[in-house]
Amino acid sequence: MSTLPAVPADPAVPAVPAAPAVPASSGSGPLGRDALAAVVARDIPIGAYVNLGIGQPTLVSNHLPPDSGVTLHTENGMLGMGPEATGDEVDPDLINAGKIPVTELPGASYFHHADSFAMMRGGHLDICVLGAYQVSQAGDLANWHTGAPDAIPAVGGAMDLATGARDTFVMMNLLTREGESKLVERCRYPLTGVACVSRVYTDLAVFLIEPDGVVVRETFGISFEDLCDLVPIPLRLAEGARPGSA
Amino acid sequence: MVAISPTVEAAVADIPDGATILVGGFGTAGQPVELLEALVRGGASGLTIVNNNAGNGEVGLAALIAAGRVRKIICSFPRQHDSHHFDAAYRAGAIELELVPQGNLAERIRAAGAGIGAFFTPTGYGTPLAEGKEVREIDGRHYVLELPIRADFALIKAHVADEAGNLTYRKTARNFGPVMATAATTTIAQVSQVVPRGGIDPENVVTPGIFVDRVVVPATATEPHHEEDQ
Repeated sequence: MSTLPAVPADPAVPAVPAAPAVPASSGSGPLGRDALAAVVARDIPIGAYVNLGIGQPTLVSNHLPPDSGVTLHTENGMLGMGPEATGDEVDPDLINAGKIPVTELPGASYFHHADSFAMMRGGHLDICVLGAYQVSQAGDLANWHTGAPDAIPAVGGAMDLATGARDTFVMMNLLTREGESKLVERCRYPLTGVACVSRVYTDLAVFLIEPDGVVVRETFGISFEDLCDLVPIPLRLAEGARPGSA
Repeated sequence: MVAISPTVEAAVADIPDGATILVGGFGTAGQPVELLEALVRGGASGLTIVNNNAGNGEVGLAALIAAGRVRKIICSFPRQHDSHHFDAAYRAGAIELELVPQGNLAERIRAAGAGIGAFFTPTGYGTPLAEGKEVREIDGRHYVLELPIRADFALIKAHVADEAGNLTYRKTARNFGPVMATAATTTIAQVSQVVPRGGIDPENVVTPGIFVDRVVVPATATEPHHEEDQ
C-alpha cells in the first residue's frame, strides 16, 4: 500500500539522514509522547508533503530537522506552515487546523478549501499523521466519534485526510486507561475510513498494516511475546525487527 | 455589477426569514463577524447556515445562534471549546445539525458554484456519514454520491475589493471565501478597503468580480496592513 520509500529497519540508516538520534530504540521502556514523535519524524522521507493532526501528531514537527525539506500542510489552507506564533507574530488571520496562531515559512502558499482538500483527495499529500480511538487489523480507522448518545459529533477533515493521503499514520497509546488494546480485530466505534491506515505508532510498538496481516517493526520496553498477549489479533515480527527487551 | 453598500445593515437588509446562507470562515479567521451581527440586528430568522464550525465565543455566528435565528446548521466541526451557544441549542433540540466532512463540504459548495449536478467522492465511504447515500465502485475504489450545496446568500470576509468586485484575501482567512462566493444567488463580501478599478493587480485577484454582488467596509474595519496584497 505504501507509495513511499521503504523504511529501513536499521536505525543506523534513517530515512531522513539528518534526523535526530532516536531515544526510543534503547528498549528501556515504553516511549513518551516526544520520543514517539521522534520515531515518526524519522520515518518521514525527505521532501514529503505532510499533514499533522491536532494533538499528539503536532509534536512530530518538533523533530523534523531543518534540512528535511518536509513541507507541512494545514487543511484550513496553507502549505509551508511554520512553528506556533508567539508575541508579535500572532496574527488572527494565520492559524492552523487547531485554530492555533502559527507562522509561515519561506515558500509558503495559501489556498481555498476546495483546493486544500483536492490536495488530499487527489493523492498529492504524501502522509498524514492522526490520533485514533481504535485501528483495526485491516487498517480501518475510528477517531472522530465515540458513538455516545449524548456526544455532539464533529468530524472536521479527519475523513478526508484518512482516505485521501497516500499514507495514513496513526499515533496513539496502544492501551486504553482500562488496559484494552486500541489495535483491534474490528473497530467498535464509528469509522473514519476503511482500510486507510498503513502504520500505527504506539508507546509500546510500531505496527505495519500489511495486506496479509499486522507486522511488528519494533517494540519499546516489551518483548514480542508479551506484546502478543496484549493485542487481540495475530501479529508477525518483522525480519530484522528490534524487540525492545527481548 | 457590484454594488458598494454604505453599511453592513444595508448589505444584509433583504435577507429574508428562512434563507440559506453560506458563511465564510474557519473559526473566527475569515468569519464576516460584522455582517453576521448586522443580521442579528436585522431580525431574519429560521435561517439555514453553512459554515465549517458552529460559532466561537460570543460574536458573529455564535451571536446569531444565541439569538435563536438559526434553524439548521450544515458544518463539519460544531463542537469546540468555545461553541457553548451551539451546544446549548443542540442539546435543547432547537437547532438541526447536518454533519459533513470538511472536504465534502467544500466540494459540495464548489460543485454548486460550478454547475455540477453531483459528484462521487471516496471521503466518508463505509462511515455513518455516508449512510443512505448512493455508493459506486469505480476502478476498484468505492465512492459516495454527494449533492451540491447552493444558497440564497453568501456572507464572506475578504481583504481588499476593487470597484469591479474583485477580491483578495489574507493568509488562512481565505479558507471558504472563494468557493462560497461562487455558490450563492447573492454574494456579499465585507472587506477592509475598497480601491478603484485597477487598484488590484489582475494577476493577484483571487475571486473575480463576477462572483460578487455587494461589497461593504464595516465601520469598524481596520486598515489593511499588507500593501503588497493589493
